[in-house]
Amino acid sequence: MLSSIQNPRIFLHHCHRHYTTTITATSQIQTIQKSILSREKTTRQFAEQFLNRLHQTEPQIKSFLHISQTVLHEADEIDRKIERNEHVGPLAGVLVAVKDNICTSDMPSTAGSKLLEDYRPAYDATAVKKMKEHGAIVVGKTNLDEFGMGSSTEGSAYQVTANPWNLECVPGGSSGGSAAAVAARQCVVSLGSDTGGSVRQPASFCGVVGLKPTYGRVSRYGLVAYASSLDVIGCFGSSVADAGILLQSICGHDKLDATSSKREVNDFTSQFVSKDYFESQPLKGLRVGVISETLGDGVDQEVVSSIRGAISHLEGLGCTVTEVSLPSFSLGLPAYYVLASSESSSNLSRYDGVRYGNQAVSDELSSLYGGSRANGFGPEVKRRILMGTYALSAGYYDAYYKRAQQVRTIVKKSFKEALDSHDILISPAAPSAAYKIGEKKNDPLAMYAGDIMTVNVNLAGLPALVLPCGFAKNGTASLPVGFQMIGAAFDEEKLLRVGHIFEQTLQGYSFIPPLIADEFKC
Amino acid sequence: MAFTLFRGIQTRPLLPYSSAFTARKHVIFCSMQSTQTETSMKTKQQAPSNFTETARAKAVEKVLKDYEAIIGIETHVQLSTTTKAFCSCAYNYGSQPNSCVCPVCMGLPGALPVLNSKVIEYAVMLGLALNCKLSLSSKFDRKQYFYPDLPKGYQISQFDIPIASNGFIDVDLPLEFGGGHRRFGITRVHMEEDAGKLLHTGSGSFSQVDLNRAGVPLLEIVSEPDMRTGIEAAEYAAELQRVVRYLGVSNGNMQEGSLRCDVNVSIRPIGQLEFGTKVEIKNLNSFSAMSRAIDFEIARQAELYNQGQADEVVQETRLWEEGAQKTVTMRKKEGLADYRYFPEPDLPEVVLTEEYVNGIRESLPELPEMKRRRYEEMGLTMQDVLFLANDVNVAEFFDATIAKVADIKLAANWIMGDIAAYMKNEKLSINEIKLSPQELSELIASIKSGTISGKIGKEILLELMAKGGTVKGLIEEKDLVQIVDPVEIEKIVDKVIANNPKQLEQYRGGKTKLQGFFAGQVMKESKGKANPGLVNKILIEKLNAKS
Ligand SMILES: [Zn+2]
Repeated sequence: MLSSIQNPRIFLHHCHRHYTTTITATSQIQTIQKSILSREKTTRQFAEQFLNRLHQTEPQIKSFLHISQTVLHEADEIDRKIERNEHVGPLAGVLVAVKDNICTSDMPSTAGSKLLEDYRPAYDATAVKKMKEHGAIVVGKTNLDEFGMGSSTEGSAYQVTANPWNLECVPGGSSGGSAAAVAARQCVVSLGSDTGGSVRQPASFCGVVGLKPTYGRVSRYGLVAYASSLDVIGCFGSSVADAGILLQSICGHDKLDATSSKREVNDFTSQFVSKDYFESQPLKGLRVGVISETLGDGVDQEVVSSIRGAISHLEGLGCTVTEVSLPSFSLGLPAYYVLASSESSSNLSRYDGVRYGNQAVSDELSSLYGGSRANGFGPEVKRRILMGTYALSAGYYDAYYKRAQQVRTIVKKSFKEALDSHDILISPAAPSAAYKIGEKKNDPLAMYAGDIMTVNVNLAGLPALVLPCGFAKNGTASLPVGFQMIGAAFDEEKLLRVGHIFEQTLQGYSFIPPLIADEFKC
Repeated sequence: MAFTLFRGIQTRPLLPYSSAFTARKHVIFCSMQSTQTETSMKTKQQAPSNFTETARAKAVEKVLKDYEAIIGIETHVQLSTTTKAFCSCAYNYGSQPNSCVCPVCMGLPGALPVLNSKVIEYAVMLGLALNCKLSLSSKFDRKQYFYPDLPKGYQISQFDIPIASNGFIDVDLPLEFGGGHRRFGITRVHMEEDAGKLLHTGSGSFSQVDLNRAGVPLLEIVSEPDMRTGIEAAEYAAELQRVVRYLGVSNGNMQEGSLRCDVNVSIRPIGQLEFGTKVEIKNLNSFSAMSRAIDFEIARQAELYNQGQADEVVQETRLWEEGAQKTVTMRKKEGLADYRYFPEPDLPEVVLTEEYVNGIRESLPELPEMKRRRYEEMGLTMQDVLFLANDVNVAEFFDATIAKVADIKLAANWIMGDIAAYMKNEKLSINEIKLSPQELSELIASIKSGTISGKIGKEILLELMAKGGTVKGLIEEKDLVQIVDPVEIEKIVDKVIANNPKQLEQYRGGKTKLQGFFAGQVMKESKGKANPGLVNKILIEKLNAKS
């Protein structure tokens, strides 16, 4: 039934020099940590390496809205600590890019909106604070669809980010900047946010690992709210281990976020061992359910065959793969858009120009509000505010908001049942690979439909890991395809373990974009 | 700082009652005014003359022969928690603008609310005190509207599931208004956050926003439309003030806006079942203003009914103008406002366990109604009962005084007489005077036992209130023990008679009025300590002895 692993044809398309071996994803964080602690290399050398690449590629990719001027200074600081044999954290010297809807006290945080142009928060988001405490260096703030509302990063008020695999394509969204930055190795890892797939879909489009944690696993304090009951901060890395190590450093209960979980956090970094230690069938007995609704009509055939390839690889690792049906799957998309728009219409009320942000000149209160918001918000944000306001209005509440909540309950229940009989569930991360810039910009419904694979997971609040598993042809170029693994609530550990083994054993692929491939060749 | 606190924003002239705490008013409302508020404000405006007061009372009385007024009250009580409802800012009334703020209560991007558990505790306390049914599972909702004093563009409140509902409050009407006991229904009690304040500049060209008050916890208490007169409404509010002060959940101060009442008034011809159109009245900064505003409104509406213009009573919000002693239109309601309530996704459900509720129930203090009934059973008059139970501190002082056998009636008299007068003169609350209940008890005992005279008791009391000390100490220090030994008094009498031969002669010559002179001299000689009864008895004996 399932096709066999595909050929590593990507290299035939992109490289004139043929690689003879696969480049297995390795943990850059572990490499950096090992090198600087053994004093084999300095933090500054790593930082310069990434900064050089960043400056080289940024004019074409445009991942960043703001680039830090203090990276080398901070790197030197860490080197001095190491010289003095002082303790440095597990993220010491790791350059992290942060999506611009996550507050940083020393850099602007615009959320991709004109309304917050030049806005500098008074505080660091909890996730940023924790990363910094662990030694991370924030390299800059990345581009996004305004307030996280979009799936291509074209909805940014400032710039369009390109996909490092094909500069004519979108990087996905809304965390497109963070995904592109990791794909182009402009940074080691990055933070994004995921309300309906905003980490997972760009991870798939850019060929990187994207991790959406369980709702409540990571504090939302300092994440500019889009839809509070769905928003989570997520992680990008070029390996499963990197995404996992980053998650480890930012998760846990935060007394500043009442929805953050008090649950104990296991150490899930210890499982990122070298493949030399794997048994022959390291995932023997793992029950994998393929969500049958996600491989049918409307899904790109090349995406489907990549997923099937991933499935047979999992079977080869010892997994028992069966199909599982989630009949409520298609209901998730409309329910998501009603709920997310409703919450966003409320969350964005605070942008009134009174206390911060751009203020319209007016001598009358209602036009001060109207003017500030009309000038400040882009078209997609306005569209969602209007939809949400409508859905919450007296007389419509029951038909829209309340009904969508009922659907949400059903979606949760069906996931719960499927995960009672399976360890993980599998689906594509998006129905297609990256599409052309401008292709869907003026077709919001087509754009929304692209979120079908991911929104249900947010409604259910579950963790999901997206990792690259193949390529799809797009004209002459090939673009990466990611597959999504969904786990039970708070079981990121299992996802990371399976993901790490999958990634370390996947043969024949290299997920380094041709743009920078020369640097990484063997 | 990275954010702008003050922006020149232009606003239409507006009179939100919440920011209209101007220094006007205020009339002390009969005995209900507690000493705490009595001393914290200055009377700036004269009370309306007795003439208008009486005239209004008569007018209302007349109106109420034909019409029945239906009055309901929404009260906002600011809780005296050490920190705000959803952040760790402290709030102090009168602080520098925007000095009690943080990212959360300023509504900065990315900031999230975290509920202060004290708010729930206080809500449960008040819910129980108002005999309500508690919702063991309730939630917060967002109430959405735009206004510059509302930093998030929504207020965190409770909509369809309030924490407490279906209660009642018992009230004893003051004797000067005919007395009597009333029970008024409580529809609901819910938790919410306060908004900031707009400060309007003198020139009126721009406004500023002060967010100190934003996020301060409030309990909103909605009454059933059970009140029929201004006095009943004012007494309902006064009882609510007593209850929150007895519980210690709020200072209940109307002048600072810690207790704010909005009143709904409608009238209907007596016998008619359906309600008339109701009018909301705001800007009621004292109980007396409340009573007068309602009476005015009843008379105004009745006048329109009588003239066949009932349809001119429209659903609107009216402001009470203290200066003109009337209500004026603030804004007409254009249909129902749609606040687009929906459950607050940033806060988990509020779940109460039976144990938690029972724990609070068991720790509730004695409430005003219970106190009044107990005082009544002790044999105090209703006037005494109402006075003593009015202020929780006075009541506690009284209870502590009588804890050790002090005479109940005497204790009440001292507190309501000399002590109350002193507090009024010195503008002090009962907690601020130096006298302790133990010493008052001692003083009463000392007079009763005859150790000191009542007159000296009054003198000592003044000293105790002003400087403190103990009754025993003062008596000793000043050698004030009453002389009750007849032999000793006789000695003094003899001495006085011997020193005043002329007056003795006159007395014995028939000028018996001079007995007062001799008595005075004896008291003077004894420094006021001689027992007056004994002095007179012995004096008469001696003066008349050798005639
Ligand atoms: Zn605060």
